Parts: sequence; structure tokens; C-alpha cells
Amino acid sequence: MSIQTTLTPRSRNRNMDQLQLLLPIMVPVLLISFIPLVRGIYIGFTDYELGGQISFSGLENYRIMLHDRFFWRSMGVGFLWTAVVTALQIGLGMILALLLNQGLRWTSLYSVLMLVPWAMPPIVRGLMWRQIYSPDTGALNLILTQMGLIDAPINWLTSFEWAIPAIIVAGVWGEIPKAALFFLAGLKTIPGSLYEAAELDGASTFSQFRHITLPMMKPIMAAVVSLSFMWNFNAFGLIWILTQGGPGGLTRLPMLAAYEEAFRYGYVGYAAAIGNVMVIIISLFLFFYLRVQLKERTE
Amino acid sequence: MQISNILSSRSLKRRITRFLMHGLILTFLVYLLFPLIWMISTSFKPTAEIYSGIPSLIPKVFTGEHYLTVFQEKRLLMSIANSLYVGVITSIIVVLISLPAAYALSRYKTAVNKLVMGWILTSQIFPAILIMIPLFLVLRSLHLTDTLSGLVLVYVVWDIPFVLWMLQGYVKEIPIELEEAAAIDGANQTQIIYKIIMPLLLPAIGAAVLFAFISAWNEFFFALVLLKSPDLTTLPVELARYTGIEGQARTGPLAAASFIATIPSIILFAILRKWFSSGALQGAVKG
Repeated sequence: MSIQTTLTPRSRNRNMDQLQLLLPIMVPVLLISFIPLVRGIYIGFTDYELGGQISFSGLENYRIMLHDRFFWRSMGVGFLWTAVVTALQIGLGMILALLLNQGLRWTSLYSVLMLVPWAMPPIVRGLMWRQIYSPDTGALNLILTQMGLIDAPINWLTSFEWAIPAIIVAGVWGEIPKAALFFLAGLKTIPGSLYEAAELDGASTFSQFRHITLPMMKPIMAAVVSLSFMWNFNAFGLIWILTQGGPGGLTRLPMLAAYEEAFRYGYVGYAAAIGNVMVIIISLFLFFYLRVQLKERTE
Repeated sequence: MQISNILSSRSLKRRITRFLMHGLILTFLVYLLFPLIWMISTSFKPTAEIYSGIPSLIPKVFTGEHYLTVFQEKRLLMSIANSLYVGVITSIIVVLISLPAAYALSRYKTAVNKLVMGWILTSQIFPAILIMIPLFLVLRSLHLTDTLSGLVLVYVVWDIPFVLWMLQGYVKEIPIELEEAAAIDGANQTQIIYKIIMPLLLPAIGAAVLFAFISAWNEFFFALVLLKSPDLTTLPVELARYTGIEGQARTGPLAAASFIATIPSIILFAILRKWFSSGALQGAVKG
């Protein structure tokens, strides 16, 4: 009893101390991030249009969405983009990280150089790739023409055939460094003794990778896949600069669709509703993906 | 004889593997670096050479004319100044207010920790579009739309999750005895944080400042929507506008301006290299 009475005020005191220290971040986060977010979610259930009144409309936006051809197309290309870019960045990032973890000469130089795309402003990334793809001055057309592989320059970003591969190549390019960096840090935490033991048992390089590296990398892999899925599904800047969603809405990813609904057509309520659907999709993916991952780990 | 044969064939095999691995890494680097190299090369080519239809990595004639053009454009210069201002103020504020919070998270274990960490993670899920409109309304009621201060406020909040997560990992590594000694000497909590913890965290703080600066310097979406006055635009928005004016002769100046926009990142790299070799990276991941 006496212990209780001494403990309670002390722990309350500690809580107060902690809150005081957290106050400088909590006020701006509440004001600039939390409250707008909650309001944004709410706007997704209203028929708010730019400059108009906000009035609650329930699930009306979502009913419209069900029959909105453009919405479904943008979700389709959104999934394609997210799946391909995430898979390629994970695969290529892992290969690069493994190569950089072999203790080769110049590794630290390589590691710094590989980070170049990551640290560039997204706008500049877009501008650079636009220059590469440009029909009259672009490196790709010039090189392919010189090599005799194509007769006439191709306008990669406005071609129905090439626009999607073109944005994927540019997208993966920007995401490899992040994945490789995370994987490299993860590889460094695997104790070398595990490999030495496997080597003594005569395990091949491949089976070492399968039975030591992959299992040890699982947590970091799960983190990178989750983050990449979110970031890729929410991608905006790069595509905006490259294609603005064209040709004919072919590369109109969900974020671009939402942006256009809000800022071009003024359907803010509908744009927020698209945002809400995106949150639900991402949450569902994370829920199922992480559940599978965690289950496997405890087994 | 046979043994030495096997040995030499094995070391030959190893040498070939190593050679192949270097080759593979270089292939990756060509993919990752080519766009930047092409852009830099374009920025130094005379306009006639850019449109000559002949690909060349090294300009036949070097020219600085595109950089001169950029520096004569008042709006571009102004946007560089705005971006510098926003980046510097953002990174200072975010570190100063995140430091006590990072300390609180790593030294007090309460229910609040889970709440804050939970927020850091969930805040990543929401697309910016959901926040944009309500944020605009909030900032307008504070009279902060179309001001650089408003943009700084948004960037500070945007950078908090990563900076906080990074710093609290490092605070954990500082032995608590140091603080206890200071507390005995009569230091209060604020003094402990800014006089004891902060100097010990300088490398991590340096990295956090750089991160915050670069992410503010690079950001496009919020700046695009929140700033309307031409005098206030940041460099990314100005670059995007610059491409909008689809004049042919713009390719060169655009490459030059893009290269200028990349310079802070290049400086970051020079510093990152040191950071890499000192093993600080592992610390960050462990945290």
C-alpha cells in the first residue's frame, strides 16, 4: 500500500516529464499532420468541390468509383507499376548488395557512387530521364540509331508501347540504391562465423545464400518490401515530370488520378475518396504480407 | 605437382569470379550513373552540338554559356536562394525540436513511446493528396499559405519521423552514467540535453541536418501547391516550370540548372563517404 502511494505520483511525474519533452514535436505534428489527415479522410466522405460547401455524402463517392472506368484503369496501372518496380528493385538491390559485400577492392567507392540517383532531387531525376528519352536530343535514340537498331527516333514517353517500360526503367533506377543500402547494412550484421561453419561443412555458395543469407535477411527484406510497396504505390513526382499520366491516361497512376481530380477538375471530395481507397489497399497489403512474414519467422 | 595444379586452377577460378563481379558492379554503376553523366555533359555542350544528332559523352567543345544563362535568369537565382533559406531553417528547427523528443523516447519507457513510434510508421502510409487540401485550409487560417514560413513548418513536420527515429537510436547508445553525473552536479534536463547529449551526438546530428536539408531542398509537391507568388518558388518548382516553356534552346540551360540543383547532394556524398567508412551506418540501422 505504501509502495503504491509512492509509485503513482512518481510515474505520473515521469509521464509528465516525457510529455514536456515531446511537446515541441507534438504540437506541429498534430496541427500540420494529424488534424489535416483526419479532415482529409473525412472529406473523402463528402461531395466537396473546390470553393464549394462541404456536405457529408456517405458512400456516394465510392459508388461512383465502382463505375468509373478511369479509376479502374489507374488502379490497374498502379498495381502493375508497384509490383514490377518493387520486384525489380528488391531483386537488383539484393544482387548489388551481395556484390558489394564480397570484400572486393574499391567497394567503398562503389557504395558511394551507387547512391547517386537516390540523393538527387526527384524533379531532376525526371528531367534527366526526359532528356535520355527525348526524341530529338535523347541519348537513347541517338545511341540506338547509331548502332543501327532503329531507323527513326522513338518518342518513348508518348508511345503506347513504350511509355510503361520507360517509366519503369526510370522508377527502378531511382529505387535500387535505397534497397541496396538497406540490404548491405543487413548483410553486415550476419556473423561471418555462420559462413565459416557452412564452408567447413562443404556447403556451396548458393546453398549458403539460401540457408544462411536469405533467412537472416528476412526481417530487413520484409521492411524493404513494405516500405517500397507504399512508396511506389504513392509515387507522383517522377511520373508527373515524365508523362503527366499520358499517353491517353496510360501511365496515370492513382496519385496522379487523385491529383487531377482535385486540382484540375476541382472534385476534392472524390480525390480524397481515391486517397482513402489507396490507404485501405496499402493497409490490406501490409496486413497480409506482414502476417505471412511473421508467421514464417515464428515457425 | 597435381596439388599445385589444383591450387592454381582454383586461384584462377577465384580471379575470374572476382573479375566478373567487378564487371557486374560496373554494369550497375553505368545504369545508375549514366543519366547524371549525360546531363552534366549536355550542360557543357554548345546548343548546336546538343542538336547535332551525334551522341557524345565528352563535349567536343566545352562551353559555360548555359551556366551564364542560368545566372542571368532572375527567377532561377531567386528560387535557389529560397530553397537554400527553406532548407537551412528547416534543418535547424527539426533537429532542435526532435532532440528532446528523441531523448524522451529513449530514456523514458512509457505508453507514449508506442504511440509516437506507431505514428511514425502509420504516417508513412497516407498519400500526400489526403493531407494537401485540409493542410491548405489549416495554413490559410494561420495566414501561412504562400509564405516560406508555412512551407518550412510543413517540411519540419515531414522530416520529424525520420530524424526522430534516427536520433533516438543514437541517444540509446550514450551511457546513462554521464547524465547522472551531470544531474548530481545540479544540471537540469534541458541543460543535460543541449550541453551533454547534443555534443556527443554531433555526427548523428550532422547527418540528420543534412538529411533534413536535402529533403527540403528536393521537395516538389507541397511547394507546387502551397506557393503561388513567383518570387517565392523553390528550385524544384522553378525547374518544372522551366521545362513547361518548351523552347528548343532550353535543353542546355535546363541541364545546367538541374546540375546546380544536384550540388547539395554531391556535397552530402563527400560527407557520406566518411560516414560510411566510420561504420556509423550500422549504428543507425541497429537503432
